[in-house]
Amino acid sequence: MAYAGVAPERTTFYEQGTTDKPTGLKSWLLSTDHKRIGIMYLTAMMFFFAIAVSLGLLIRLELLTSGPTLPFVNQRIYNSFFTLHGVIMIFLFVVPGLPSVFGNFFLPLQLGAEDVSFPRLNLFSFYLYMTGAVLALVSIVMPGGSPDTGWTFYVPYSYETGPAAIMAGLAAFVLGFSSILTGLNFVTTIHRMRAKGMGFFKMPLFTWSLYATAWIQVLATPVIGITLMLVLAERFLQVGVFNPALGGDPVLYQHLFWMYSHPAVYVMVLPAMGVVSDMLATFCHRTIFGYKAIALSSMSIAVVGYLVWGHHMFTTGISPTSAKIFSLLTFFVAVPTGMKIFNWVATMYKASIELKTPMLYTLAFIFQFSIGGLTGLPLAALSTDIQLHDTYFVLGHFHYVAFGGIVFAFFGGLYYWYPKMFGRMYDERQGVIGFLLQFIGFNLLYFPMFMLGLKGMPRRYYDYLPEYESLHALSTYGSWILAAGLLLMAWNFLRSLGKGEEAPDNPWEGTTLEWDTTSPPPLLNFDKEIVVTRGPYDYPEEETR
Amino acid sequence: MFSGVSTFAPEIDSAMAFILWWSAILMIGITAFMVYCMVRYSRKNNPKPTHIHGSVALETIWTVLPTILVLIMFYKAFGTFELMTTRPDDAMKVKVTGLKWRWVFEYENGKKADELVVPVNQAVELELHSPDVLHSFYVPAFRIKKDVVPGKDNWTWFEASEKGNYNVFCAEYCGNDHSYMLSTVRVVDSGEYSTWLNTKSEVLSGPDLLAAKGCIACHSLDGSSLVGPTFQGIFGKMETVVTDGEERQQRVDEDYLRKSILEPAVDLVKGYANQMPSQAGLLTDEELDAIIETIKELKE
Repeated sequence: MAYAGVAPERTTFYEQGTTDKPTGLKSWLLSTDHKRIGIMYLTAMMFFFAIAVSLGLLIRLELLTSGPTLPFVNQRIYNSFFTLHGVIMIFLFVVPGLPSVFGNFFLPLQLGAEDVSFPRLNLFSFYLYMTGAVLALVSIVMPGGSPDTGWTFYVPYSYETGPAAIMAGLAAFVLGFSSILTGLNFVTTIHRMRAKGMGFFKMPLFTWSLYATAWIQVLATPVIGITLMLVLAERFLQVGVFNPALGGDPVLYQHLFWMYSHPAVYVMVLPAMGVVSDMLATFCHRTIFGYKAIALSSMSIAVVGYLVWGHHMFTTGISPTSAKIFSLLTFFVAVPTGMKIFNWVATMYKASIELKTPMLYTLAFIFQFSIGGLTGLPLAALSTDIQLHDTYFVLGHFHYVAFGGIVFAFFGGLYYWYPKMFGRMYDERQGVIGFLLQFIGFNLLYFPMFMLGLKGMPRRYYDYLPEYESLHALSTYGSWILAAGLLLMAWNFLRSLGKGEEAPDNPWEGTTLEWDTTSPPPLLNFDKEIVVTRGPYDYPEEETR
Repeated sequence: MFSGVSTFAPEIDSAMAFILWWSAILMIGITAFMVYCMVRYSRKNNPKPTHIHGSVALETIWTVLPTILVLIMFYKAFGTFELMTTRPDDAMKVKVTGLKWRWVFEYENGKKADELVVPVNQAVELELHSPDVLHSFYVPAFRIKKDVVPGKDNWTWFEASEKGNYNVFCAEYCGNDHSYMLSTVRVVDSGEYSTWLNTKSEVLSGPDLLAAKGCIACHSLDGSSLVGPTFQGIFGKMETVVTDGEERQQRVDEDYLRKSILEPAVDLVKGYANQMPSQAGLLTDEELDAIIETIKELKE
């Protein structure tokens, strides 16, 4: 064009890689560029997410009516469905999702760095993740049938089942190492790679949340690794640890499992809170309310989150004294969580709100995550948890947190950062329609579960008494609307890769550093040296109170 | 929710109501404020934002007030928990066995039944045992739930305040027929209870008996192979069994059937996993004889 020479030719990370040849499959598979690794994670995870969603839809379909519903699904197959749905969603998507995709892509950008501290270790983490994922998929086709232990692998039931459960456990073990190494990499990166002038309290809140998350990954994940090793030692060497037939204690397994898996909930949710904080400030076009309170509440959630695992075990017969302590500590997690929510809604006060698709997801996050958090209260309280434990109320609660919260934040983040990652704009109208379908479908799918749980419907039931049928049917209808919303979103993203409008560098007028570079960024992220002089959400035209 | 019929149910329900009402109030407040801001401070209505960085007073308020609120919630549920974990001295005892996939209730006089029959207004203590995997004894109407853990002596108690029939569920996932591990609590007046307790239970026969004892969840009657070998034509057949890791031939006769029911792990039919819980102590002698008779009759 005639303008050649006016704007300098810009080389993106798609055109320049870390390997000899800048393009081609090998340049991706061997790339140590954090951005390419982030996109590889995204691609893999969307695939696993699609599998797990399909399983979820099949579960809902089977539960449409009381009695066997689908002709090819018996109890055994149904039990595998919910096991695989849980294993894939938790271990392959929700736990590693936000840190591995957006953490990898945006942490160095938000810090003004060229890459993470250990780029090669980062690539190794990716291959550990893929190895774990392949093991998990192999477990589906093992002789003796797919794993049917539930994603929690509770003993002694998991000892009785076929080799598939061992394979799935091994997958979780390998995935754990991927998580530990990613966490280690992020902690080091945040300590060592911040741009000139960026103190800890000048870091964006997404980065803060990754910092808290990374510490949990490093410190809590080894517990699950040790636990799974003990399971293998018990199964193959007959060392009695958890199996009552060998003199072990099945409740000890639950302690160790939740000692990891409860903090893992915060590995999932903290980065989601971080993404939401960033998007909120951007689309409110004002500085965030209570920056330090939000940043430090992430850290306090991370710390207290270690000490609350016992609330999964009030019905197991643990001593009443320890149950009381766990209950009290659990309530203390509610306080910093509530604090975040109040700061977010306060950010909307006197703002200038633009309801773009990412902002819609942000608001839905606050709404749904608040419901998820508040329905955690009767589960933290002692006598009410006895009633609700292992019922549909718990299913409703954690899907409101994990899907309504974390996955909605993930989708919001994908819309928010899509222009930066791919250099194209998505279609706004399709984005909004897809959001509305997902929002309506989600709430119709999961809200009835609270009512089912209060009426006593236990979870992991292939079949149920007729009195629960109408609420189950309502929930299944919701799953269809949600599925339509997900399909439209997938179409929007895939189509816009080629046909979307070219994205400007800063389409949303964001203030954090990733908007300071080109879309998509060059290999080393910035063309200039970065010196930070202002807070992450300070606006140039700012007029403070 | 539906009405609870145990003595502590009203207190649990009041704690539940307190927590859920406060949650609803907070939820409505947060949502209303968000919707208000979405409209009042939209880009159109408020093109120029005000940058408020924070407020120590507000941060203090929304840290302190929620802390007080959750402490009250904790306290309310704490009181009822004390009640649930303190068994009264005058409770009558029933031994409950949860196994894949049924419940067996055994009374102090030795009577065994598939349903739990108790007198109204009488404290009942349940001693929970499992010979196989984890189960959980759950009666929604009584608001009680306790895991049944192999190798651990768990217990729970209740006092039913109204006559009627109430569902018993297994709440801890235990394998294939988890969702069919159901029973009933029948709360009757004390006269009816003592009559029931001192009447010998009627022994079922034929396929009804096999269904009631949970056999057919794993052993088919039509020749198809499930978790365990089919019963069809099994009597009199030569089977390859594994004893202490050694394979040997065994004719399926009455003694072998009896041993397989009471000690299923000892002579395992080749090709099947060791999954069946021992039925020792869970069947009366009459029931055991009747099961063996029924299997004998199941010819091809």
